[in-house]
Amino acid sequence: MTVIFKEETFHDDFTFRNSPEAVKRFPFPFPEDSYMYSVNLEPHKSYRPGSVYERTFDVDEHYVSEMRDRARVLAEDPLRCQSLPHMTLAGWDLLELIMTSKAEEYPELFELHRDGAKWHWINRPLGIEQKFTFLDETTLPYGPMEYITRQTQGDFAVLDQRDENLWMDAGMVTTQADWSLDFDIGMNFFEWHAPVPKAHEMGIFQRALKFLLNVQQGSPARRLNWTMTVNPLLDTSPENYHKWGVMKKDLTLENMGQMMHLRVELQTFFRLPRSNALVFPIRCYLIKLDELVTVPKWARRFHRVIRDLPAELATYKGFVTNRPKIVEWLSKYDDGAPTSPGIWAD
Amino acid sequence: MSAGAAKIPVTVAEVTPVNELVTRFKFVRRDGGPMPTFSGGAHTVVEMNDRDRVRRNPYSIMSDPGDRGAYSISIRRDDNGRGGSLFMHRQVRPGMEMVISNPVNLFALDLRARKHLLLAGGIGITPFLAQIKQLSAMNGNFELHYSVRSASLASYADELVANHRSRVHLYHDERGEQIDLPALLDGQPLGTHVYVCGPKGMIAWVRNTATALGWPREAVHHEEFLAPASGKPFEVMLARSNKLIRVGEHQSLLEAIEAAGVEAPYLCRGGACGQCETDVLEHEGTFLHKDHWLTPTQCASGTKIMPCVSRFEGRTLVLDR
Repeated sequence: MTVIFKEETFHDDFTFRNSPEAVKRFPFPFPEDSYMYSVNLEPHKSYRPGSVYERTFDVDEHYVSEMRDRARVLAEDPLRCQSLPHMTLAGWDLLELIMTSKAEEYPELFELHRDGAKWHWINRPLGIEQKFTFLDETTLPYGPMEYITRQTQGDFAVLDQRDENLWMDAGMVTTQADWSLDFDIGMNFFEWHAPVPKAHEMGIFQRALKFLLNVQQGSPARRLNWTMTVNPLLDTSPENYHKWGVMKKDLTLENMGQMMHLRVELQTFFRLPRSNALVFPIRCYLIKLDELVTVPKWARRFHRVIRDLPAELATYKGFVTNRPKIVEWLSKYDDGAPTSPGIWAD
Repeated sequence: MSAGAAKIPVTVAEVTPVNELVTRFKFVRRDGGPMPTFSGGAHTVVEMNDRDRVRRNPYSIMSDPGDRGAYSISIRRDDNGRGGSLFMHRQVRPGMEMVISNPVNLFALDLRARKHLLLAGGIGITPFLAQIKQLSAMNGNFELHYSVRSASLASYADELVANHRSRVHLYHDERGEQIDLPALLDGQPLGTHVYVCGPKGMIAWVRNTATALGWPREAVHHEEFLAPASGKPFEVMLARSNKLIRVGEHQSLLEAIEAAGVEAPYLCRGGACGQCETDVLEHEGTFLHKDHWLTPTQCASGTKIMPCVSRFEGRTLVLDR
């Protein structure tokens, strides 16, 4: 696979676009015409060549620009990346997982040469070449987690497991849907999920935690989550709400197709071998409504999902005010025909 | 998700007698590749094809977590047990092909600890052997107190003393030596975590003493794999699979479910991990709960059973499996 990396921005002039090929592989998250929370976990196995599920860590046409955006966000706010002292080993685990899988799955883009603890890493798209000693922090320009996640799309929550709970004790979070590592660091699974409506009474978190505590080495899992974002912003952090929250007011029926984006998170879960920690990579995919409606099945279904979504969820996901306008715009693309099951385009 | 952790086809590379009761087994991958990295305290489930049945027992991995060449485990022979350890001691030879599970860690080090206080009894030393190698590699602060029956049964004591003289303390039952636990626990710096692995009595003694001395529950870690107890045979209806099965005297309920060709989840097979928890749909009789997982309330409710170690006596048992 040859990826052509695009030059684009996720702020100010917002030049982000998906190529037709990228639209085709977009992880549309709705297998049916309505949506309610579900744990919807499945094994993270290679699936459908060309899809975002094919590789352990998907690298797509937005890679180089996303990494540039991450560096920009970190320069403004270094607290987007934090690691409590006991999580350094988990950082090495994560570095090893990412480097070995990328080198194996994208040999034309990444190389890893290992001679005992002497490692040599080559990242061609970003023009990085690094020789370092595994488990020796002084040989890298950043801590191991920061070093590798500055080169990997998606956010990373690194969770310590103890007392039958998970603790958000490290992370790299610059492309989040309105949450903050700096607020959540040190919290356990129930604490950082406290704001989610409905899910507690449904017992979803107890079941999800039980599942996650049992994620085994060699058997990673995944799920999709979604929300809506006005403009292709990767960084929708609470710290910057004053900058992006106001953009919601600019939405009109005329600019809807270009400004409104469906934001899908591919969340994966891996057990890390040395630290026994759990890493939770959250990869964000954005698609403009103009791009989304080029797939007729998605256009019809998305209209029905947004129209029928319970108000609490539309509020929690931050688009309840704009919902009537979004539904009106989408309704033009819903001819009432039935949709086929599953998430893939017909 | 499927039953158990992902599996690794291995060849037995070495079988080494350690003393009159303990034998060490070393496994390498059949395809010659590296073993998955593991962390100190992890176990692997070893599958044994013993004539017409498959036994699956969990054993702590004792080798160096930094060495991906092989996994080693040590097994104490139990002449009165259900036969897994006897199979390993009597049947397993170098060159044999076996299947083991990916490592699972239910006894991980708490990496926040300022100091790790390790308390071992007998064959309970095995998870600590890997943890000590891991701690040594990261310059971790640890202290081992190891209680053995006699010098001749003190598995790996010589090696531990030779490598970590100032950190290892040995206690011989035959000389009447015993860990002075209250004094030991009382003298630890703030931020110490204690880990205990050994006989049931020792685990209870350490946990109770620590609680009495005001240790936080989160700082006291233990691991014990229970062997499934033998008992009277009983019949079980598996509702979803629509099968009536019989659990033999020396068979566990989980083994009987597997023998009937019904897939059931498991990880530790020792009553500790919670993975095999099964809903009871109907019953008329008494549960013999043996696990560490269900709460007393759940046990009393008669709606859950852990088939890896628990049994039943009575007329009717219907499970959602």
